[in-house]
Amino acid sequence: MKNIGLYLHIPFCKSKCPYCDFYSFSGKSTQKDDYTRVLKERILSSTFTLQSSYSCKADTLYIGGGTPSVLGEKNLASLVNACNSGFLTDDAEITVECNPHGLDEDFFKILSECGVNRISLGLQSAVDSERRILGRLSDRIQVENAVKTAQKVGFSNITLDVMLGVPNQTEKSLKETLDFCISLDVPHISAYILKLEENTHFYKMKHKYNFPDDDLTADLYLQMCEELENHGIMQYEISNFAKTGAQSRHNLKYWHCEEYLGLGPSAHSFLRGKRFYFDRDFQSFMNGDSPIQDGLGGDFSEYAMLNLRLAEGLNEDKVINRFGHSIPDEIYEKSKIFIDNGYMQKTDNGLSLTRKGFLISNTILSEIL
Amino acid sequence: MQKKENIRNFSIIAHIDHGKSTLADRLLELTETVSKRDMTEQLLDNMDLERERGITIKAHAVKLDYKAKDGNTYELNLIDTPGHVDFNYEVSRSLAACEGAVLIIDASQGVEAQTLANTYLALDHDLELVPVINKIDLPAADPDRVANEVEEVIGLPCDEAPRVSAKTGENIEQVLESIVSLVPPPVNNDDKPLRALVFDSVYDSYKGVIVYVRIMDGKIKPGDTMRMMATGAEFTVVEVGYMRPNSMEPQKELTSGEVGYITASIKTVSDARVGDTVTTAENPASEALAGYRKVNPMVFCGVYPADGADYENLREALEKLQLNDAALSFEPETSGALGFGFRCGFLGLLHLEIIQERLEREYNLDLVTTIPSVIYKVHLTNGDVIEIDNPSHYPDPATIDYCEEPTVDAHIYAPPEYIGAIMNLCQDRRGVYVNTTHLASDRVDLHYILPLNEIIYDFFDVLKSRTRGYASFDYEMSNYQRSSIIKLDVLLNGDIIDALSFMIHSEKAYAKARRIAEKLKDNIPRQMFEIPIQMAIGGKVIARETVKAMRKDVLAKCYGGDITRKKKLLEKQKEGKKRMRHFGTVEVPQEAFMAVLKLDDE
Repeated sequence: MKNIGLYLHIPFCKSKCPYCDFYSFSGKSTQKDDYTRVLKERILSSTFTLQSSYSCKADTLYIGGGTPSVLGEKNLASLVNACNSGFLTDDAEITVECNPHGLDEDFFKILSECGVNRISLGLQSAVDSERRILGRLSDRIQVENAVKTAQKVGFSNITLDVMLGVPNQTEKSLKETLDFCISLDVPHISAYILKLEENTHFYKMKHKYNFPDDDLTADLYLQMCEELENHGIMQYEISNFAKTGAQSRHNLKYWHCEEYLGLGPSAHSFLRGKRFYFDRDFQSFMNGDSPIQDGLGGDFSEYAMLNLRLAEGLNEDKVINRFGHSIPDEIYEKSKIFIDNGYMQKTDNGLSLTRKGFLISNTILSEIL
Repeated sequence: MQKKENIRNFSIIAHIDHGKSTLADRLLELTETVSKRDMTEQLLDNMDLERERGITIKAHAVKLDYKAKDGNTYELNLIDTPGHVDFNYEVSRSLAACEGAVLIIDASQGVEAQTLANTYLALDHDLELVPVINKIDLPAADPDRVANEVEEVIGLPCDEAPRVSAKTGENIEQVLESIVSLVPPPVNNDDKPLRALVFDSVYDSYKGVIVYVRIMDGKIKPGDTMRMMATGAEFTVVEVGYMRPNSMEPQKELTSGEVGYITASIKTVSDARVGDTVTTAENPASEALAGYRKVNPMVFCGVYPADGADYENLREALEKLQLNDAALSFEPETSGALGFGFRCGFLGLLHLEIIQERLEREYNLDLVTTIPSVIYKVHLTNGDVIEIDNPSHYPDPATIDYCEEPTVDAHIYAPPEYIGAIMNLCQDRRGVYVNTTHLASDRVDLHYILPLNEIIYDFFDVLKSRTRGYASFDYEMSNYQRSSIIKLDVLLNGDIIDALSFMIHSEKAYAKARRIAEKLKDNIPRQMFEIPIQMAIGGKVIARETVKAMRKDVLAKCYGGDITRKKKLLEKQKEGKKRMRHFGTVEVPQEAFMAVLKLDDE
């Protein structure tokens, strides 16, 4: 029996953040209930088919978005229950992304009762002036309260999203955000460097904001890596940090190039060697449209591209195990210049990028793969 | 002396935009050589590029039949001329084929640089001038003032000059009448040995080269063995005839005084060069017509395909263009920076631009060109003199005694209020002032000797902008003068980038070096390693910038499970890398080259 990952996309947000290009909209409450119903049916039929024809289960469930918490705890619980009816393994990691705004004890209790065991909170920044520019509706106190409430209810596996490259950000303001995270004693942090995506407010208005330049952003990144590791929160992927044992099992499936099923508009899947996704269109999903085929996946270069995002890097044994051949010599040859200059390193049994290398990983990957 | 009373051979000369092509169109229309229905604007300019730029690049000729008021029908041969200084020689050959020239003057602008230059050229060929004041339909038209100016400046009586609007067709008939009455008929020299002046030749894929000629003496007919007097090449004449706007009209023979074409299965236009004399092998003329010279390119640059795979296509395209353009020269060249390409020679910058545009447009090629250069004479310490048009052939400075650079004799015509601006510009371009002539109350002629390399790039554009478009400019080649010319190299990461080297006057080197270094810095993306940019003369670095090492190029987000998106971004990045030029470990995008080459445009 193999275990895959299961992803549910909740395309609703209270409001759109200026940097975000994920598929979401505000949505009416009836839409949310309808969506929950349709998604539930889809979960039941898909998981039934998968169990019978592919004999697999899921050992991770990730409910992301959008902002899943705007569905309300009852809808969320019913989605988790739908997945749980035989498809999730007993030890499954079940994550729900939440917006800290207006979360109370009941909310966390209900999630906890239905089996959710990991909470992801979008902090982005603990500096309120930065939070406002980022369009966050809550202030730092509300995040603090949300974390503490969740912890009180029994959630210890909490992750906070932090953003680098925020307008006006400085080394000092980043330190404030990191200190905040550390003081809350969460075991996992995702720290994303802001990328200006087309069709976002930030992209259109970029000249109006004081974005840190590449040099400062790179410095902030290095500062953060160091600061977190000083507190035992170790980097395990370009943008992810965790205390021992607290790595996101779900996200590791992406980076290990393993299988997952994604349900909901814009959700992507990788199953039986094929990639496919649901259209970025709410109505299409509600109508029950089939996903769009996205070609084959899982070849060596894709595998390498993903694994080299990880601190552990590309591992010979795993490569041989999966592809029946070792890492091609060509990759070692092309990596030499990067190794000599401190962007990559040879590990005991393979190759990995250094922190400096992570910062220019696009260049490295496009050069060696 | 017997004359061919019913023939008139004439050109139309004018300053650019004074309406030459439009007037030609009206003449064709009025003589019903072309029906109005078939008229496209400016019929004689049949290259797209000519119509777009509003200039005539190649000379063309056409025969018109005109029934004059005196009741006789005349054969009018209109020989169109190119309208740019780059093509002065072609103009002079066209004029040599005529007895008269219609001189068009714009009724609002009056006498301009090329009005004068072309007038002098026409007078040099003893042509009878027929002044025509055009554009009388314009609100700003002042034909009286302009007529006055023509009399004053050129000394050409203008009382009788037709005042016309080529645009509306007003008074065009008067032009034809003036041509008949003022332009002398050609002399009948039918019984002399053949001498025909080649004023143009074009390549036709069916007939081979079509040679446009004016028969000065004798006759030519199919079956004759024609001989080119400059090259000695001989061909059997296949066809002779008259040119009509949209067709060729074969004839039994062409006789003295006539204008027509010859085909003889000639393979390339360089076998029938403009200015050469055609005679017959059977009864050769003892002496060629005066004035032939082989046109030599003045401006050179490297032309490279942006995509190396297009090298053969570029060669084919150049070969095809050369079939029709004896002034274009090219030879293979290799650049460490740009790969395989060609060193091309042009008459001037307009010629260069035209060729470049035709290569890009008609042959769909994406090109990178290097900084244009003139031919320098380098005197070595051992007494040898070498000519250099390519910076990469520049010898070791230690072996150089001194350099010489070509100069031009330039006349700039403008209203007096711009004298200051023009003098500043010329000084800036190392010009040597000769004198100022006041042509009329609102017109002066500033005479300068200017180094050719200072005007090949953007001189005319800058002149126009500093005089709000009022100045006009004309030049002819002058002599070589001793000058402090040095070679400026661009080094990236310590390696000389040959395609960016160029020759420049030492006084200008520092300022230019700094600007180029800055430009490169702005246009070379940050890479894994710090890249020093150095500008050097010999081994001496005179300017320096640094492209800092890249710090950040990362996709932080994983886009959920959307791996395809990440893959596509990486593919795009790989594609981008392919388009870069590689120098050791340094990658330079095409845009960086362009930015340096276009430096002067700002």
